[in-house]
Parts: sequence; structure tokens; C-alpha cells
Amino acid sequence: MGLKQSANLKINIYAWLLLLPSLIFLVLFTFYPVLQTLFLSFHQADLGTPEPLFNGGENYRQMLEDDVFWKVLTNNIWFALGTVPTSIALGLAMALFANKVLRGKGFFRTAYFYPTVVPMIAVANIWLFIYTPEYGALSHVMEWFGQKEMNWLGDKTNVMFAMMFMVIWKEAGYFMIFYLAGLQNISKELYESAAMDGARPWTVFKRVTFPLLMPTTMFVMIIAITNSFKLVDHLVIMTKGGPDNASNLLLYYIYETAFSFWDQGMASALTIVMVGLLLLVAALQFFGLDKKIHYN
Amino acid sequence: MFRKLTGVAMLGLAMLWLFPLLWAFWTAFRPREQAISWTLSADLTFDNFITVWNGAPFAQYYLNTFLIVTVILIVQILTATLAAYAFAKLRFWGREVLFVLFLVQLMVPADILLFPNYNVLRDLSLLDTKLGIMLPYFASAFGIFLLRQTFKTIPHELEEAARMEGCSWWQILWRVYVPLARPTYIAFGLVSVSYHWNNFMWPLIITNSIENRPLTVGLAIFAQSFETGAQWAEVSAATVMVIFPLLLAFFLFQRQFINSFIHSGVK
Repeated sequence: MGLKQSANLKINIYAWLLLLPSLIFLVLFTFYPVLQTLFLSFHQADLGTPEPLFNGGENYRQMLEDDVFWKVLTNNIWFALGTVPTSIALGLAMALFANKVLRGKGFFRTAYFYPTVVPMIAVANIWLFIYTPEYGALSHVMEWFGQKEMNWLGDKTNVMFAMMFMVIWKEAGYFMIFYLAGLQNISKELYESAAMDGARPWTVFKRVTFPLLMPTTMFVMIIAITNSFKLVDHLVIMTKGGPDNASNLLLYYIYETAFSFWDQGMASALTIVMVGLLLLVAALQFFGLDKKIHYN
Repeated sequence: MFRKLTGVAMLGLAMLWLFPLLWAFWTAFRPREQAISWTLSADLTFDNFITVWNGAPFAQYYLNTFLIVTVILIVQILTATLAAYAFAKLRFWGREVLFVLFLVQLMVPADILLFPNYNVLRDLSLLDTKLGIMLPYFASAFGIFLLRQTFKTIPHELEEAARMEGCSWWQILWRVYVPLARPTYIAFGLVSVSYHWNNFMWPLIITNSIENRPLTVGLAIFAQSFETGAQWAEVSAATVMVIFPLLLAFFLFQRQFINSFIHSGVK
């Protein structure tokens, strides 16, 4: 074995040892559980069957016939469509403003960002009191404007909008921070030359700022999409998925299936669908949209 | 004109954003009979906090959350630093594949694997333990990703110079890389602490006792022990108590937090 090869081997061992601690936890709590769940999803495993019993694709077949599954899936897609673009756009607007504003920079950043550090469960308590009919803050405000009483959480159409607004409030400031960081990486000279050419603010945004922030937008989009699938804490406090599953989301349905109905086979099949969905989104972003981005 | 209009709009947005917090504080300090009425009066009281503090073991919950958050942060920083150094500075067999495997964790975080990880924890006999709450988060792809970006920007000459002076690899890591990545560590610390302070579903599922329950789960149990809105003042007081430490820290160090975030190489 030559000297170079042995040095190579040493670096290989060294690198793998450095990665080992992270790798152990990654395998133990991401890859192994997913594989085990995939296995369990082809079994009947509920309160009536203490030992998992192979039943082929029965869980998946039942799932496709389950109205609640389709309901929570469409709910989740609407929830993502309603929260992801709006909170990203709002986060960008906040960053552009807080980056330029002359007075009160700290005030604006704090006001926009603080919901990030408030636990979702506390957010749910506060917003429950905002949305409560008759006594809630929103109903008082609407009364000032002479509006009719509205039931926000008890109504099948309103409840989704109420949730979306709350989540946008919670997330936009977090995305602002990433955009503030991204803005620092755009060179001042680009703006100076744009100003020399007499470009209008909107043109500068469209031609310079927005394209150069594309990597940030990608990163934020990944966080936002994952969040739209994993944020269900508020349902426990506010609606429990109701009324009539109108506000139920996929992860909360998995939680109910696994820990209220104790149907482990079905909970596994649902989890596999969720993981597959998120990986699909990741793959689409990785292979599709990523090509259109200019990295500098 | 356009500038003035956006200024006013963004100020309105800031007010709208602040409203829920101010309202929660206001309700928490109101006498309980007046909490749901919308009349302005000067009555303010501390009673709600006393009732809450005596009504549920919040001191224990605080301690639990504090322990969980601290241990997770320390372990995450250790594991992420080592892994980030390997990814940023070493060429080794399987690097690309491993990096993609770590990226998968960004898309499929432990929070989504509620049911699968419950099974793992049951097999390890770690249900209803603080260690069980912490374990799934000991490896952080987000942390590795952030630190790798930062380490990549640190010139190789610095490492060479340190090696010339006879520093061992961990001395190089500790004396060259870690100090230069300080803003990234602060930014990551902020994200990690607020994330785990706020985490709810996972500890809800696996904890069963006061000794192990974090603040969020304690708050949910407390809030749900009331059937109607009659105890708004108390629930608001409990909510304020739970969010106050992090909010205070954030308000005090707002500039440092946000600046380290901006300069941490997040992009």
C-alpha cells in the first residue's frame, strides 16, 4: 500500500468517525423508524391483534376508501397553499421594509419576529380567546364596525381561514430573518448601477433583488412546506380537528389513529403516505425548480 | 408618497402583529370577573398568577423544560460541529450520498415521525423519560447544514498555520473553527432553544408524569382542565408565564440575535 493510499484511508476513517455520532441518531430516529413503519403498514396491528398479522395492502386499500383520509389530505393541501406563499411573501415584504427603514428598525424587527419564539400551544390559547364568539377580541372589533357576529372556529368554512391566518402570523417573521440575511449578500454596487441607469424601484426588485434572493426563497419554501404538514399543536387546544374534520390535518389524523383508536397498521400506512408526500415535494424542488436559480 | 404609504401599512402590520401578545398580557392581569368584558378600567391584579402557580406544578415543568432544552442544545452543538467539519473540509468516500441522507432529515423531521419514533422509544424502554424526549433531536441536519456553510468560508491557511504550531485536530477545531463561527452558533442556538421550548406533540405522546412533562404539555393540560371560557384570566396568566422567559430574552438581546442570524451565513 502506497503512502498516499494510507493517508487517504486515514482521512476516510477520520471523517466517518466525525460523522458517526450524528449518523447514529439519524439512523435510529429517521431511517430505521421509517423502514419499520413501512413494514408495519402491511400488517394488521390494532387492539384486536396484539401480534402484527400480515395483510398485504389491506391498510392502503382501506385508506383509499376512507373519506376522512381524503378530507384531511385535501385540507392539508389547502392549508399549505393558503399559508406557504402568503407567509413567504409577507416575510419578504417585512425584510425589505425592516432593512431600509430609518427609524425604529429594532421595533419593527421585534414586532414581526416575536411570534417565532412563542410556543404554538400558547399561540393556540391566545387565538382561541381572539376567535371565541361573543366575548372574543375579534367579535368585539367587528362589533365596532357594525358587523354581524361570526362563528370562526365552529363553522366549517371559516375555521380553515382562521387557522391559516394564525399560522401566517406565527411564521412570516421567521421567514423575514432569512430574507434579511439574504439581502446582506447582495452587493451594493448592483443597486448603485441600477440607480445610475434610472431604474424604478419595482424594476430593481424584479431584476435584481428577487432573482438574487432565489436561494433564500428555496430554503424558506422547504421550511414552510414542512411546517404546513407538521404544525398541528393548535388543533389539540382549539378544535380537535373539528367541526366534522373541517380543520383536521394529516399529522393530527395520524395522531388520532395511533393514540386514540390504537390502529397501528393504519397509522403506519398514513405515516408512509405523509413521508412519501414530503419526499416528493423535496424531489420536485431539487430536480425542477433548483435549475432555475442563479447561485452567486 | 409611495414610501409614506408603505410606511403606514407596515406600521399597521406591526400593530396587528403585536396585538395578540398585548391582549394576552392585558387579560392575564385583569381580575377574573372582568377578563371577558371589554371595558377599560384601571383594575389590575397579580392574583391570576398566584392561582396558576399554586394550581399546577409549573415550577417542576420549568425545570423539566430547562433541562431538556439545555441538554439538547449541548449535544446538538457537539454532534453538528464534528459532522459539519467533516462535510466542509474533508474529501472522503461516500460524502455526497451521506450529505443527501442528512438533507432528508430536513424534509422529514422527527416531528412528523410521531408514531414511528414512539415505537422506537418503547423498544428502548425510554417512554416517559426526559432522555426519551431529547434523543430524536440529538442529530440536527439544520445545524450541520448551517455550520458547514460557515466552515467552508474559513480559509484553509488558518488551519495550516495552526497545524504548523503543532495543534491537534480537535485543538484546530476548537481554536480556529468554533470561535470564527460564533454568529452561526448563536443563530443556531436561538432556533434550537425556541424550537424545543415550544415542542409539544412529541412530549405529549411520550410523557405521562409530572416529573418529565415540559411546560407546553403542562400548559395544555392546565388550559383543558377548564370547560368553558370562565377562566380566561387564569389561562392567560399561565400562557404568559410559559412564554415570558423566552420573550424577555429575545426582547433584551433582539439586536444581537438578529445580527448574528444575518451574519451566520444563512442564505
